[in-house]
Amino acid sequence: MWENIKDFASTFFVTGDPLIYGADVSIVLTIIAILFVLTKYKKWGWLWREWLTTVDHKRIGIMYLIASLLMLFRGGVDALLMRVQLAFPNVEFLHSDHYNAIFTTHGTIMILFMAMPMMFALFNMVVPLQLGARDVAYPFLNALSFWLFMLGAMLFNLSFVIGGSPDAGWLSYPPLSQNEFSPGPGQNFYIWGIQISGIGSLATGINFIVTILKMRAPGMKLSKMPLFSWSVLSSCIMIIFAFPILTVTLALLFLDRFAGAHFFTMDGGGNPMMYLNLIWMWGHPEVYIVVVPAFGIFSEIVATFSRKKIFGYKSMVWAMMIIAVVSFFTWAHHFFTMGTSASVIAFFAISTMIVGIPTGVKVFNWLFTMYRGRISFKQPMLWTIAFIPCFVIGGATGVMLAVAPADYQYHNSYFLVAHFHQVLIGGVVFGYLAGIYYWWPKLFGFKLDEKLGKWGFWFWNIGFYVCFMPQYALGFMGMTRRYYTYGWDRGWADLNLVSTVGAFMMGIGFIFQVWQIAYSIKHGERDTTGDPWNGRTLEWSIPSPAPFYNFAVVPQVKEMDDWWETKEAKANGTYKEQPAKLEPIHMPKNSGIPFIMANFWFLVGFGFTFGWVWMAVIGFIGVFACMWARSFQYDTDYYVPVEEVRRTEASLGRVV
Amino acid sequence: MATNHDHGHGHDHDHHEEHEQLKVLGFWIFVVTDCVLFGTLFATYAVMMNSFAGGPTGQELFQLPGVIASTFILLTSSFTSGLAVLAMNKGNVKQLIAWLAVTGLLGLSFVVLEVTEFMHLMSEGATMATSGYWSAFYTLVGTHGLHVTLGLFWMTALMMQLKRRGISAVTRRKITNFSLYWHFLDVVWIFLFTVVYLMGVM
Repeated sequence: MWENIKDFASTFFVTGDPLIYGADVSIVLTIIAILFVLTKYKKWGWLWREWLTTVDHKRIGIMYLIASLLMLFRGGVDALLMRVQLAFPNVEFLHSDHYNAIFTTHGTIMILFMAMPMMFALFNMVVPLQLGARDVAYPFLNALSFWLFMLGAMLFNLSFVIGGSPDAGWLSYPPLSQNEFSPGPGQNFYIWGIQISGIGSLATGINFIVTILKMRAPGMKLSKMPLFSWSVLSSCIMIIFAFPILTVTLALLFLDRFAGAHFFTMDGGGNPMMYLNLIWMWGHPEVYIVVVPAFGIFSEIVATFSRKKIFGYKSMVWAMMIIAVVSFFTWAHHFFTMGTSASVIAFFAISTMIVGIPTGVKVFNWLFTMYRGRISFKQPMLWTIAFIPCFVIGGATGVMLAVAPADYQYHNSYFLVAHFHQVLIGGVVFGYLAGIYYWWPKLFGFKLDEKLGKWGFWFWNIGFYVCFMPQYALGFMGMTRRYYTYGWDRGWADLNLVSTVGAFMMGIGFIFQVWQIAYSIKHGERDTTGDPWNGRTLEWSIPSPAPFYNFAVVPQVKEMDDWWETKEAKANGTYKEQPAKLEPIHMPKNSGIPFIMANFWFLVGFGFTFGWVWMAVIGFIGVFACMWARSFQYDTDYYVPVEEVRRTEASLGRVV
Repeated sequence: MATNHDHGHGHDHDHHEEHEQLKVLGFWIFVVTDCVLFGTLFATYAVMMNSFAGGPTGQELFQLPGVIASTFILLTSSFTSGLAVLAMNKGNVKQLIAWLAVTGLLGLSFVVLEVTEFMHLMSEGATMATSGYWSAFYTLVGTHGLHVTLGLFWMTALMMQLKRRGISAVTRRKITNFSLYWHFLDVVWIFLFTVVYLMGVM
């Protein structure tokens, strides 16, 4: 008996690595601390009522934000571990298998569990407020999306201490990801963690398309809609076309592993190349899915902090929509070197270069907006300005990679690694950080400290160039991706050391930002006006933090940048006050079903990961029961009485 | 109308109608995503079409009469689900439930026929693990069958709700979405019948 338990535990838990024992201890301590605090301060009820069951888009946004920052930490630690291993030749800090696991989880986490939720955080925090809406189209579904993401991410992260991490790269190419080469549960964690959170992402895509098309305040034609909302629409259109492909791809890979199917196997008529096509048909649009909202953020920030209307509004919208379409015609550039006809390569090389054109248009529009503007260099604007040169370099190296003959030289080298970090950090991370600094006061009611923020900013920025510029050179010098160690004779030592120093500088930047948040909670400048940046769009017309019903009276929109025009009209004395009449506000009720259902999905994933079909069956029954229960719920909304609205507004310093 | 508030009933009504229409639009977009899902499975099937790896081919094993029968059954069920919607528009709950029940029975026989077919194929030695072709076959046809099965459960829940609540803005929207889903499955099946079975025995 005892022996059996010991046997089971030694395969179930990951053993034999001091780093992992350290993680075990810290996970257990953190869980104990959380349980202790919740119990001691009697916060269980509060947690359930206010957060776990909430359908308020702003709270869901905050939860996405917290989760994504935690994942940024985890993915960042992975990055630092890799850079330590590569800092000097012949280092034996990480074992080769462990190194494989770490570059796999770093990539997967950063794209799917850091960038995606941070993007959804911004969608949730901003879009309904910008549109003058009370909520998203489907609040219940929105909560479900969040919990599916959360439980999927937890399942994936669990692989670190239970069962073992996936180690076949962030896109899990077969045959490496087949049973033959990845026999443990690692790949199953990958498949189910992403599958579950992917269903949530798909639902979010549908939710925000309908929100943007149908929930805009009266008078806000699409031609007057703020650019961030346009960028979200573009991103969501890509989501609904790309994510079903991912769902199928992961399902097929799972069938190969679980049911002995022959989709991507080397034998039995399978075709590993088909996996590459499928995964990149999702994967390439995916990078545009995460970067286009950043373009929207920059557009808002540049206009606000230059005190000017955005230059070329229409061309901005066209550019984003063209990107949404063309991004689906570029996937094969990820495997130019794997052998196909010249005409296919030419098609994908040209379409890849074409995507650069609308992006270039946008960069010029931002520059022209700044031209002769009265620029104020607050944190959001700093990140925006830092983004432009970074992204321009990233774009240029991207075009270099798109030139097929040259790609035979760069393929899988550190040149490529430097390129995609340049566009993803310089575009996505800088963009989202700018957005978080910009909209933070609206959600939390205070600004983030400027001084600490600037320290963070400079460490990130200088660290970025110190880290990735040497990698371009290393690529030219023949260093390829996924090397876990190298000898002195290669001559790569100095540049690798410099790169590692840069990575740690970015880590220090992150620590400054965490410090900045902790400091600002107490000492940050409170936002009493609701409009701390002298903004242009509707979200700045309501108090900070925004009340749960957003707008006491739904605004009537007349102009683009309506709030700015209203302020101008007030200053000129041409503003006509509309008598505001309060009405009861229609709101959705909280629900525990999304949280419970996502937990059952977790059981499904965990069961399949270890091949425990009974557990997966229990999970499916639970998921199904939740859907059934929801279908029979008719009493799902309520009205906020006028008195309560008046009281809430008064407590926020508003008279209505 | 589920709310029992003592104010603004007219207002209340407007909001509901608006929200219900919103849900129909969302469901259309969901159907678009399902189209992409099936499109991907069809593409996979097309790639695997000749990957028999020495195993049996579709031409050897398919029995068209059964498949033609299930095609007719499914097409008829689409027709009866249309009649259900007509009954709903006339405001006749009893007729609506009755036509849904007919639709459900036809759907159930379709699923039974499909399971029988799968069992026959497996007994002939064509399983998921036989070859790339059969993996793609079971995944594509099975995903459609799974959709039909889920539709049956959904329909059962809707019939129970109709019995309790009659025809309201909410149940009307649910029936509209359901019938959209059911017709969509029919369209997918027509493609499936053509690409998998007709082209398979050609």
